[in-house]
Amino acid sequence: MVSASWDGLNYSHRQLQSKEPNVATSTSLIMQASFCVLPSRELLVVTSQKGIQMYESDGSIMVYWHALDLPETPTTQAVFARGISAVWDNYICVGVSSGSILVFDIPSKGSNITLSEVLEEHKDSITDMASECSGSQECIADMVSADDVGSMCVWKAGEEFHLLNKISGFDMTCSSVKLWKGTVAAGYGTGQIRLYEAVTGILHVEINAHARWINSLDIAPFSGLLLSAAEDSLVRVWHMSLTPETNSVEVAHLHNECVTDTQICGARFCDDDGFAFAVTGYDLSEIIRYTQT
Amino acid sequence: MLYILDQRLRAQNIPVDKAKKVMNDIISTMFNKKFLEELFKPQELYSKKALRTVFDRLAHASIMRLNQASMDKLYDLMTMAFKYQVLLCSRPKDILLVSFNHMDAIKDFVNDSPSILSQVDETFRQLIEMYSSLSSGEFQLIRQTLLTFFQDMHIRVSIFLKDKVQNSNGRFVLSTSGPVPNGAQVPGLIRIFSCAGDEVTRLQFNNGGNYTSALREGSFEIFGERVTKLGTNMYSVCRPVETHLSGTSKNSAQHQKVSAVPNPLAKEELNLLSSLMGGLEVHRGGNADSGFRVNLFNTDEEEEEAFSSRPDELCYGVISIQATKDEQVDAELTKIMGEFSDSTDQSPNASSKGDDLLAMMDGL
Repeated sequence: MVSASWDGLNYSHRQLQSKEPNVATSTSLIMQASFCVLPSRELLVVTSQKGIQMYESDGSIMVYWHALDLPETPTTQAVFARGISAVWDNYICVGVSSGSILVFDIPSKGSNITLSEVLEEHKDSITDMASECSGSQECIADMVSADDVGSMCVWKAGEEFHLLNKISGFDMTCSSVKLWKGTVAAGYGTGQIRLYEAVTGILHVEINAHARWINSLDIAPFSGLLLSAAEDSLVRVWHMSLTPETNSVEVAHLHNECVTDTQICGARFCDDDGFAFAVTGYDLSEIIRYTQT
Repeated sequence: MLYILDQRLRAQNIPVDKAKKVMNDIISTMFNKKFLEELFKPQELYSKKALRTVFDRLAHASIMRLNQASMDKLYDLMTMAFKYQVLLCSRPKDILLVSFNHMDAIKDFVNDSPSILSQVDETFRQLIEMYSSLSSGEFQLIRQTLLTFFQDMHIRVSIFLKDKVQNSNGRFVLSTSGPVPNGAQVPGLIRIFSCAGDEVTRLQFNNGGNYTSALREGSFEIFGERVTKLGTNMYSVCRPVETHLSGTSKNSAQHQKVSAVPNPLAKEELNLLSSLMGGLEVHRGGNADSGFRVNLFNTDEEEEEAFSSRPDELCYGVISIQATKDEQVDAELTKIMGEFSDSTDQSPNASSKGDDLLAMMDGL
């Protein structure tokens, strides 16, 4: 874990050992890790082939462990948890390889975390999930989930989550998804990015963005910047503008960065304005940070 | 492995009948029904040690002998070549086409042995049945799991360096030019739609590369053109098989340290290995005189030098396992060792760096 100051000049780091009960007999690959920011607290959520771990955000204590239902002997269907999102005021949602979404109710402090609901809408493995509007803002759509065949579900959060819309896939994995001002940004294994209106499913923009599998999308919410990173070793920065009066969405391409000979695995803005972003890659032991000049 | 052995057998002018026997024996062992049954079971990725052990056995399935240094080098070349193939796949489903290229080549090696050929064909059918219908996401998961296995391996391979597919720092070259994968479009176009679904604007952007349209789709049938070159024989005629180990890994985090504490994982691995090995029947026709040694280096001196100067972190040594008290595992291993009984002695240098699982099994 590395934490850095706003200008990137100061940073500190520590190592967090993944603690999974009953891992004596086999290895468990970590699928994803994400900081979930709720109004009252922040938790670090780590998903693997065995289950879901939740830690206090400095990594100091594990507050919750959820084991996945594993069959006695391995089956042809892989089992894992993937897709993490903090939703609304008090939920953390995690996707599962079966297509289910686990909704956890998170108290404002302490470890009394409970499984509130299981959403069974997707029939294929969850790849990614995203949300917007926690706390005071009112949004129609609170969360979007995506799966291996490119289907996306749009949800309203609450004691019982409500499905607002289902956007059909075109048989291509939606590998990364983000939600911003009611617009879904989806990245695909073919290298395409699509922007949909979440509640209606209207396709606003289609970009032939990358020559390889897109691994990561991120949005800087204050500026409308969109970041895309793929296995073609390129990171691209785009600008999205929404005109609510005409219900139109526009996208402009701003910038490319090439991380030579590296398949990029993750890319994130370091701040909500998109002033800087960081990038990770396969076989890369460094985190590379880029800043606007 | 077969591409490399085939090249060395030719380079060392091994008589054709002996070379053929070696290739046939190894392939026949590899495609043994029991062994494949084990392989096709849903299971987790093998550990590096387990995988190395399996390939050691396969390489010694015939009258050919390899010293430790040559076996190490063979394994280095194999793993880097396969890492290259998996990494460079332009879309996840291509890993299946790579496997089909391997299968096509194997069939060519045994095309005059109908019984082995039918074993290979049967496996081909099983591969098609099991994998053809997976989604792109599932293929990507398989590919990413394989890439996890190969992470941080940067051994430099001569022909890769010469062909400029690998840099001098051991990283593979990822080109930003060439055809896009099947099903994808050349990057550079932004299309904006009205709410009614009509395209209202088209914008172009600079994609930072030099991409061309996708090539035609490769065949996923038993016969057919695969289109991708990944997985085909990189040794066209006679090319060198050098590797460079110096200055390879600053990051040796992947490598296990030898530990005296009994490792709970080890027993699980032993069980796995014993099931796998149980299926590896060895064909040892002929007398001890027909055996011969293959060298992966140009001279015996080079091989000796490579063995003594191999960096510690690149040794494939196995965690030392104390004699297991489990009677069943003991009995199982003894039975397997019976099947592998070796008329020639193991090289005395086999386990100078940490106890070797093979040495342990041989000693039981």
